Amino acid sequence: MNIYELFMSDYTLRIVAFGSALLGLVSGVIGSFAVIKKQGLLGDAVSHASLPGIAIAFLLIQHKNIGVFMLGALVFGLIATAVIVAIDKYTRIQMDSSMALVLSTFFGFGLVLLTYIQKIPNANQAGLDKFIFGQASTLLKADIYVIVAVGILLLVLVVVFWKELKITCFDPVFADSIGVSSKTVSYILSTMIVLSIIIGLQTVGVILMSAMLVAPGVAARQWTNKLSIMVVLGGIFGAISGLIGTLISSVVPKMPTGPSIVMIISVIVVISITLAPNRGLLWRYLRNRTNAGNINDDQVLMNLYDLAINHQNVYHSHHIRAIRPTTTANKKGLHALAITLESLRMKKYVKKEPFDEWAITDKGIEYVLNHPMRKEEAYVSSN
Amino acid sequence: MSAQIEIQIIAIIVAVACSIPGVFLVLRKMAMMSDAITHTILLGIVLGFFVVKNLDSPLLIIGATLVGLLTVYLVELLGKTKLVSEDSAIGIVFPLLFSVAIILISRYAGNVHLDTDSVLLGELAFAPFNRLKIFGVDIGAKAIYTMGVILILNIGLMVVFFKEIKIAIFDEQLAAVLGFSPVIIQYGIMTSVSITTVGAFEAVGSILVIAFMIGPPISAYLMTDSLKRMIGISAFIGAFNAVIGYQFAALFDVSIAGMMATVTGATFFVILIIAPQRGIISVLIRRKKQRIDFAKKSMLFHILHHEGKPNESIENGVETIYHHLNYSKDFLQKIIDIVRNEGILIEENNVFKLTQMGKKYTINSYEEIVQSFNAEYEGE
Repeated sequence: MNIYELFMSDYTLRIVAFGSALLGLVSGVIGSFAVIKKQGLLGDAVSHASLPGIAIAFLLIQHKNIGVFMLGALVFGLIATAVIVAIDKYTRIQMDSSMALVLSTFFGFGLVLLTYIQKIPNANQAGLDKFIFGQASTLLKADIYVIVAVGILLLVLVVVFWKELKITCFDPVFADSIGVSSKTVSYILSTMIVLSIIIGLQTVGVILMSAMLVAPGVAARQWTNKLSIMVVLGGIFGAISGLIGTLISSVVPKMPTGPSIVMIISVIVVISITLAPNRGLLWRYLRNRTNAGNINDDQVLMNLYDLAINHQNVYHSHHIRAIRPTTTANKKGLHALAITLESLRMKKYVKKEPFDEWAITDKGIEYVLNHPMRKEEAYVSSN
Repeated sequence: MSAQIEIQIIAIIVAVACSIPGVFLVLRKMAMMSDAITHTILLGIVLGFFVVKNLDSPLLIIGATLVGLLTVYLVELLGKTKLVSEDSAIGIVFPLLFSVAIILISRYAGNVHLDTDSVLLGELAFAPFNRLKIFGVDIGAKAIYTMGVILILNIGLMVVFFKEIKIAIFDEQLAAVLGFSPVIIQYGIMTSVSITTVGAFEAVGSILVIAFMIGPPISAYLMTDSLKRMIGISAFIGAFNAVIGYQFAALFDVSIAGMMATVTGATFFVILIIAPQRGIISVLIRRKKQRIDFAKKSMLFHILHHEGKPNESIENGVETIYHHLNYSKDFLQKIIDIVRNEGILIEENNVFKLTQMGKKYTINSYEEIVQSFNAEYEGE
């Protein structure tokens, strides 16, 4: 059975795939801001720290209700964010340490509450831990409604506060100076990050949610320098990985959904980092090689020029061995030099004479005299 | 030995063993690396298991340590491209390696007892059931010996390389100039973090490892400026958290690891509030003192400045002075009471006057301020 048929015939799969794609879209959009503000790991900390919120919500209402759980998680996520930021701001402890502390102690407190709940004679508690570790296949239509509602709310918030978010991310001081409180906007952004984490908990789980928040933004960043394009791309990357990851996990036996989504988004990150135009590592490598080649060509031409001006006839030709007397004149070096000279001849900077002799041309002299390196030398020696 | 005592001994050893590399992680601003490593070592354990098909083999520890180092290497590799910030790099690398581990477990090792939940949560209560037997004689829980060896290893490394680690942490350039490669020391610390994590996670779970590695060191960081004392204090706080955490967990019959992590957080916040010098209370007291001192001197300067001038009765008048200093009447009254008790201010015909002593004090403090200002100015 091909994937399309499976997709059309399986109602549950459609629900789960749609939910995961939407989740990827939202976390990709919100995550782009987190990546720019260098708060990627905040997502990891907050997703762990929201556990006690879920446990307390259950203790209060004594049955499972995703809406109430989310509210509990939201409250604790916000408390965790506030504590992390406060420790970073008011003590000499760094952000990373305060995140690690809050992450582990809040999660530990959540575990204490969970074990306490397990002792209460109440049949409703079963599967509470699945909520935390994520099990996309348990997604129900009702859960999708919640993801859709929260997701749309978050996207609308991004559009409405676009200008404020943008200047606060890049220049908080400037934002303050034109009357946009960067503090308030940061709080709004943190709330949005926490919300997007919480709707993802059930699908991909606590641990992998941080990847969903960071990876699409990082991938999108490589393709553009414009925030608007980055956010849109981040959303697309997130949605694609959510969709494909879910499909793969349904086709391949015993393939968990969350990890499969993370694998897809990681592949997108690797492709982006290596292949994205301008920033990509491949392009950087090629650019460096071209630069190195150009510098080498220029150096050879200058050597030839230095030789030439020591003669009465500047167009006097020199044997290839004389052109680069300082380097070891082994066979390989000479071969490389011949290639360089050949490429200079193509640019008409040098011309070839019989018996492997080379001479500089007018164009070559002009090029050397106008070369920035040559000018700098002249400037230094005149001082 | 009863199981309760053994659990607490294991917890204390783990706490102390974790706090040593933890201090270095905190000072090197790499605390979140502990979060990453505690998760990714699962991959090392899975891969090691595929090779030896045995969950008790020491090869698993080697595999896990290597994957821990691989995590650090990949994060740095990604960060070095300058395309990704360091925190994002951690956020990409560790979920990826963790995902690979989970996929491998659920596809190929479903029937093996390799529970991802137990890796994260740990169950200290079961640790005493895993006995170490030599020639058939039961000599105690296995975890005591494995963690004991790791603890001794950590202490040994710290004592031998203390000077090198110290320089590399606080002044990387100087370390490089003196010929201690910061890279080697960095990976040395990370090896210690990985080995400790691998040894500890089976007994206490990754979350508690993070709490033990970061909580006590940052608590100690609030109490001292000396590296040696910081290590000592954090080892003590770690052991304290372990014992108190166990007692509470036994009292309420809840998760031991969870309670120890909770107590770690609580200890930190108590220290955050009451720590001498850097604690919230002492900071608030110091600020209040400074505020009063500032107001006192402002008032004295004001009085001295206007003394004998034509408008003295208005500027320094008992009823009007608060207006000119722009302080609330209540606050200024407090200041006036303090100054009067010190005998440097008196009231004459409804106007404040400085006593002889008061004048001397005011001029002295003025000169002090000018001098410190000049010193600072010249220093630049």
